[in-house]
Amino acid sequence: MKLFFLALLLFGLPATNALAALDPALVKQLAAEESDDKISAIQQLSADASPEAVKVLKAMAEDALLVTGETVFILEGEDGNLALDAATGKLVVPAPKTYESITVNNRVRSTLTNALAAMRLFDPDRAVRLVAATELQSNAGIEMVPILARALAKEADAEILTLLKQAHAQANLANPDAAARLAAVDVLAKSTSPASRGLLLPLLEPANEPDVKVREAAGQAIKAIESRLVLGEILGQIFSGLSLGSILLLAALGLAIIYGVMGVINMAHGELLMVGAYATYFIQTLFRATLPDYVDWYLLAAIPVAFLVAALVGMLLERTVIRHLYGRPLETLLATWGLSLILIQAARMLFGAQNVAVANPVWMSGGVEIMAGLVLPWNRIVIIGFTLFVLTLVWVLMQKTRLGLFVRAVTQNRAMAGCVGVPTARVDTLAFGLGAGIAGLGGVALSQIANVGPDMGQGYIVDSFLVVVLGGVGQLAGAVWAALGLGVVTKFLEGWSGAVIAKIVVLVIVILVIQKRPQGLFALKGRSVDN
Amino acid sequence: MRTPFTLRFLAAMPRSGWIAMGLFAAITLVLMPALHLFVPESHPLHVSNYVITLGGKIMCYAIVAVAMDLVWGYGGILSLGHGVFFALGGYAFGMYLMREIGTDGSYQSHLPDFMVFLDWKELPWYWAGSDSFLLTLLLVLAVPSLVAYVFGYFAFRSRIKGVYFAIITQALTFAAMLLFFRNETGFGGNNGFTDFKRILGYDITSPEMRATLFALSALVLMLTLLVGRYLVISKFGRILAAIRDAESRVMFIGYNPLHYKLLIWTVSAMLCGIAGALYVPQVGIINPGEMSPANSIEIAIWVAVGGRGTLIGPVIGAGLVNAFKSYFTVAFPEYWLFFLGALFVGVTLWLPEGVVGLWKRIKARGKA
Amino acid sequence: MNSKPVSVEAENQGGEGSAQVVGHVLQPGVDISHKVILYLEDISVSFDGFKALNNLNMTIDAGELRCIIGPNGAGKTTMMDVITGKTRPDSGTCFFGQTLDLTRMTEPEIAHAGIGRKFQKPTIFENHTVFENLELAMKTDKRVWASLFAWLDREGRDKIADTLKLIRLDQEADRQAGLLSHGQKQWLEIGMLLMQEPQLLLLDEPVAGMTDDETERTAELFKSLAGKHSLVVVEHDMAFIEQLGGKVTVLHEGSVLAEGSLAKVQADQRVIEVYLGR
Repeated sequence: MKLFFLALLLFGLPATNALAALDPALVKQLAAEESDDKISAIQQLSADASPEAVKVLKAMAEDALLVTGETVFILEGEDGNLALDAATGKLVVPAPKTYESITVNNRVRSTLTNALAAMRLFDPDRAVRLVAATELQSNAGIEMVPILARALAKEADAEILTLLKQAHAQANLANPDAAARLAAVDVLAKSTSPASRGLLLPLLEPANEPDVKVREAAGQAIKAIESRLVLGEILGQIFSGLSLGSILLLAALGLAIIYGVMGVINMAHGELLMVGAYATYFIQTLFRATLPDYVDWYLLAAIPVAFLVAALVGMLLERTVIRHLYGRPLETLLATWGLSLILIQAARMLFGAQNVAVANPVWMSGGVEIMAGLVLPWNRIVIIGFTLFVLTLVWVLMQKTRLGLFVRAVTQNRAMAGCVGVPTARVDTLAFGLGAGIAGLGGVALSQIANVGPDMGQGYIVDSFLVVVLGGVGQLAGAVWAALGLGVVTKFLEGWSGAVIAKIVVLVIVILVIQKRPQGLFALKGRSVDN
Repeated sequence: MRTPFTLRFLAAMPRSGWIAMGLFAAITLVLMPALHLFVPESHPLHVSNYVITLGGKIMCYAIVAVAMDLVWGYGGILSLGHGVFFALGGYAFGMYLMREIGTDGSYQSHLPDFMVFLDWKELPWYWAGSDSFLLTLLLVLAVPSLVAYVFGYFAFRSRIKGVYFAIITQALTFAAMLLFFRNETGFGGNNGFTDFKRILGYDITSPEMRATLFALSALVLMLTLLVGRYLVISKFGRILAAIRDAESRVMFIGYNPLHYKLLIWTVSAMLCGIAGALYVPQVGIINPGEMSPANSIEIAIWVAVGGRGTLIGPVIGAGLVNAFKSYFTVAFPEYWLFFLGALFVGVTLWLPEGVVGLWKRIKARGKA
Repeated sequence: MNSKPVSVEAENQGGEGSAQVVGHVLQPGVDISHKVILYLEDISVSFDGFKALNNLNMTIDAGELRCIIGPNGAGKTTMMDVITGKTRPDSGTCFFGQTLDLTRMTEPEIAHAGIGRKFQKPTIFENHTVFENLELAMKTDKRVWASLFAWLDREGRDKIADTLKLIRLDQEADRQAGLLSHGQKQWLEIGMLLMQEPQLLLLDEPVAGMTDDETERTAELFKSLAGKHSLVVVEHDMAFIEQLGGKVTVLHEGSVLAEGSLAKVQADQRVIEVYLGR
């Protein structure tokens, strides 16, 4: 005996010391012809979760449990030349020359996997237990009830405990005892997982579930789960609607400011988004070339750059073209369209007609799971946050600064503002720059969730025009509500009827809304002279 | 004492106008078709397929431009969605052309190829009657005008105008484009309709058919100009211009602008639909790209280049821009967008009255 | 669209209009059997909390010439907006004669019923000739179909010629209206109003920008119109109001402050306070 232990220590084998040997008959049954016999052996061996059993079953799962004649053994050691008896853990001497591995078919394998998982529930490492409990979530059989019960009794960690309860309940669904089934149904009813619903569905049939009480409980449980699932789905749609709305808002905010101040719609606004997105791409490339260690933070640098570049382009357009079309809004529409064509072609020549790749920084990839079936991607969360930030900034700018005061004054009454000394021409340029800069920020956000290419601005521009139409002239609050509203409505309609129909329905809704409120939802009422 | 209607109509245009129109008729209805059909190809006076098709195409564009000018130049209503009416007319006639293919398509089915491809077993209900030429003509007139009427009713009723109206029309054509891109809509999706074979049993690619379509386009263009002329000089036209200049005054003297705008808007859409129906057999294809917002805005620039608020301006503008486009896009394809963009900016900045306005200014200076 | 059952009266000169044409129809004359042409009762209008009209009550008798005065923001223009259908009151009723509820009619319908309005800022069709301005305003079938085939007949020409003489623009008939002087534009707008042959004329500051001579002639014209027509004149020019000599209503903060002869309201202590006290 001593010699054996020494030998074990010498060869650095896993600790098998001081543990009881396994029932040889059961171990032999693992090599039986019939799958049913194998399964029953696996279940019996796994019941006490001893380390020996774990080792043997693991070997079996890896097709490393071998049999020669009557001996079931595992090959170990550096060269695989030590044959250990599976039941006793002792060296088989002499090492068998010929052997074959035990066949594991799918049915046996799933039992084996479950058994191994169940046994890992007793592992000292919390992470291992968590994984095991998660694995057992949806496919534990009735035979695992005892082991799960023991694990439940022993487990202290709350998260694992929840998972175990779920697994235990699920295993108990096949319990012949109606009371146990009823208790299981009650536990599953509290679940948030879509899988639980699938487990409970068969219980509605009298053929599967003889007990009427359990059937009723199952029906109620399914309803409870479904309502929670619907909630998750609705929350998910609201979230993606808000994130679409944020993008629309970043696009529409500048549009609304410019429309308010100058009464023109800037058809090249989508291209200012594009300018912002390309600026982001440029900064990313720059970081990769010069500051590879800080590449994850390129976005922070891109934000001011995109704002400035887009603002400069915007002010340039205002100074050279738009200013000279003052009082001719329809012509401005056409001229700015021409500018948008020029910008698109310029982007094509500078950066190529293909889309360029802008990567999410590591801290923006992945997502956070709020509840079962609802994962919120970080990049969209960041965009919503970013939009809030921009919105706050714009609000402060409009309400607390002199420029904001001037902008509001010109929006309300240009002639009067001019009379009291507001430099309207400069306000026009600055407001245009501000609007364009916000569009540039929108471009930064857009680069994180959409393709960056010369035509990217065109896709969002119709929608952001609708936001301005719906929100009303020069009303920031209107733009906010209209953007978020359109975003959420669009996403809901998309889920229900597809993207194209959603677009059409949104257009119809906008037209119907302005039947009631021709100046937009949030327009100020007043004694306006409309000529 | 009442002037007879025909006399009023004749008075609708000065004599020089009638002479110009007669000249145009002689060239497009007689001379060009004859040179195409009866002069051998080797002869220098032969008018080629290319010229006839391009000419026919440009005349279709000219009809659209005049229609656009009626609403924009005279009514002050800028539409950025006129392409949708053009395309609807084209699709309506395209349905007939698809049915005329009969079983000569790639799949030798009585269904259009794209439906076989989608594994449809029968025609959707709205294709019923599309094999009838007369019914198709009716659809060409009715569909664009009906869409325009309904849309216009809601838009004008809530007094949407100016920039707002322009944006909403852009959204309209954008939505229509997305709708027609879908295969399930039943109009060939992305690819639209093409591979046409016949009209009324006659080969669509034959010189005779080309000449006929060319002459027909010219005829419709002339009719459009006459109708337009009558509309703008009638009391209706003066009220329309009054609505453009001072809508509330018009209301307070008892005219309801809604009906006036709606009529010119619907007529304009109908003219676009007819142009579309003439265009499709000549170019041999119609797809949802015709409804893209960019196409519709281009119509506005034709009108602006030629000179809005005149009837001849849009015809000149459509001709100039498109003739130039067909040269430029072949010679310097990558610079076309720059040029088009510059055209939009330049015309609005320096040529607000277009070529016609420029001509008038030069003439006035010559006299002075 | 009409809320009242009215008979289609074919008093159009063009003659081509048919009954099924879209649009509103000519209204028969307004019912003034109780000698009152306009009732405003408890009219309130507020714009984002600001009360432009506050329980306004007023009646205008048939054939009366009424002057309305009041400081800026008293609600004079808003009152005209309500009468002509441009602004819908939040509450209150507004009847033209005994039967026509103006709050339920559109601007063109109200114009048809016989109310003409002159704006504070003269609004005429600047790109049309003076003659065309009058022609478009002339009382006739104004539905779209009729306009499409309308042709001016001898009778219409004579009417326009008469009005041109009356407003002293017969020399300017073929000039573009935009080229007229301010005073001439005011007269042209008044001329357009007359061409409409309305029962009730609303005139917002009709003599602003006119010379004294022009003002005097305008006062004479208005006085000659009273009786056959009813007139409501909003003015700041007290001399002009004195020349007109009708009953005066003082508006203040959206309701009637005082009413009576000019001398009486000028003596009213509250009116003096409103005009001078601030």
